[in-house]
Amino acid sequence: MIRFDSVRKQFPDGTVAVHDLTLTAPTGKITVLVGPSGCGKTTSLRMVNRMIEPSGGTITLDGKDTSRMNEAELRRGMGYVIQHAGLFPHRTVLDNVGTVPRLLGWDKKETRERSRELLARVGLAPELGDRYPSQLSGGQQQRVGVARALAADPPVMLMDEPFSAVDPVVRDQLQDVFLDLQAELGKTIIFVTHDIDEAIKLGDQVAVLRVGGYLAQISDPAYLLAHPVDDFVADFVGRDRGYRSLQFQPTPRLPLAAEPTVVLGESTDGLAAPWVLVVDDSRRPLGWVEPAKVSGQVTESQLHRGGTVARASGSLRSALDAALSSPSRRGVIVDDSGELVGTVRAHEVLSLIEATDRPDEDRADAFAAEESP
Amino acid sequence: MTWVNDHWGDIFTLARSHVWLAGLPLVLGLLIALPLGWLARRWSRLYPVLISASGLLYTIPSLAMFVLMPLVLGTKVLSPWNVVVAMTIYTIALLVRTVADGLGSVPEATLQAARAMGYKGFRRFFGVELPLAVPVIAAGLRVAAVSNVSIVSVASLIGVAQLGNLLTDGYDRYIPEEIVAGIIACVVLALVFDGIILGVQRLLTPWVRAQGARS
Repeated sequence: MIRFDSVRKQFPDGTVAVHDLTLTAPTGKITVLVGPSGCGKTTSLRMVNRMIEPSGGTITLDGKDTSRMNEAELRRGMGYVIQHAGLFPHRTVLDNVGTVPRLLGWDKKETRERSRELLARVGLAPELGDRYPSQLSGGQQQRVGVARALAADPPVMLMDEPFSAVDPVVRDQLQDVFLDLQAELGKTIIFVTHDIDEAIKLGDQVAVLRVGGYLAQISDPAYLLAHPVDDFVADFVGRDRGYRSLQFQPTPRLPLAAEPTVVLGESTDGLAAPWVLVVDDSRRPLGWVEPAKVSGQVTESQLHRGGTVARASGSLRSALDAALSSPSRRGVIVDDSGELVGTVRAHEVLSLIEATDRPDEDRADAFAAEESP
Repeated sequence: MTWVNDHWGDIFTLARSHVWLAGLPLVLGLLIALPLGWLARRWSRLYPVLISASGLLYTIPSLAMFVLMPLVLGTKVLSPWNVVVAMTIYTIALLVRTVADGLGSVPEATLQAARAMGYKGFRRFFGVELPLAVPVIAAGLRVAAVSNVSIVSVASLIGVAQLGNLLTDGYDRYIPEEIVAGIIACVVLALVFDGIILGVQRLLTPWVRAQGARS
């Protein structure tokens, strides 16, 4: 657990980056600091590993005051990932990953084994290990950055906009890899971003900061979207928050309709419906087809793939999105193995939404309550 | 060619002492310029002071420098150490700025990452900053090497033998072939120095070529 207690940072030129910050990043959870530029989020992050020394207040790590700890040891116990990865250009990918283990005095062989294992963990091919950072794409470099931060298995990870410099598709992949890793490793993570969507996707709790380093609100993402505490937070979490908050509402039992299907390669002759769902041999949905416009066997190239597919166990947002994006207006729902279980219409999802409550008031500061003795 | 053919032995002996007089100061100068350059980088107020001071040193005419050395060092007038020390000063003058700028060329994100991972002091300097400054420092070292090879030849005027003797002797006795041989030998030596530095640089910086291979 990392705790900020009335932390203040005033730079020598007089600017106060952080006025009085008190918050707790619980063990094993992702705490996201989000806010516009100048809100002191990066300064706050850097005070944790004392890249910047606070001018007032204390930061404790599992109850110990970090200002009394050895600087280098403190840092070696905290993985650190930054925006442009900050890899060492003169070292191979493997050596980059092995940096902290080597600093901690692991032997060469042990370090290399660990580095290889981590490359695989973040989804990089083993042969990339012998390349230099400049030979990798931005997304690959960022994966190496994450692997390097994890190398010595630190309990804490500090991440400063690690995914902001890559394109949206790659960013999405990186976020998913990151969440998978975290599900497995359960690190205590402080994650800084200016992107509220990223904050909501990744955070177990989200702290919204306003310019000058004031904490505007801290809560879990669903509650934040449903109950922004003031205009600033409401503005910052942005439009579509009603729609986005559906993401955190698990789907109740959906009123599924059985959907007539045709297996890819079979003929659609004799089917009257304007849109027919095409599946593969194991009943996994592939796309929609218009029988009136095709004759004979259905081929891959005739498929409409515009519709999204939602899992029955997923969120209301994905179910609604499946219905809205489907060319037949029927949203495709699958089970966890990807097999078709039926379709649902938007108005049916909407009536389910109307029947559910918004996140309760008492979820505010749920983490603070959990953590206090 | 007859003069050269008759004097291979002399040319070789002079070339060998030329290598020492130009090469040793290059190494010594680099070793001294490294901490000075680091200081100039570390304390930004020192930078202009050190840069102008070293720039001024380089403007002292070499003959004056050589003549001054015995007075300053208390060495014998004909001692080759006069030349070595003077040349070392010139090398430092050229390299302080190079080292400082080389260290300054290390990307900020890399430095920050190094700090955040717990790199400190010497280990950070030798493990991260210096290796990344090698391309810039090597470029400066090549300039210094060529400059040293050329300036050392002036030492003939104070009686320290090296390839410059071919020029003075050739001029005194009017043997054009000897002068040309001296010039060519100096150029060849400069090229050899340059080649060695380039080779070492390539060995030390495989990552720079990897970068080139990608684009």
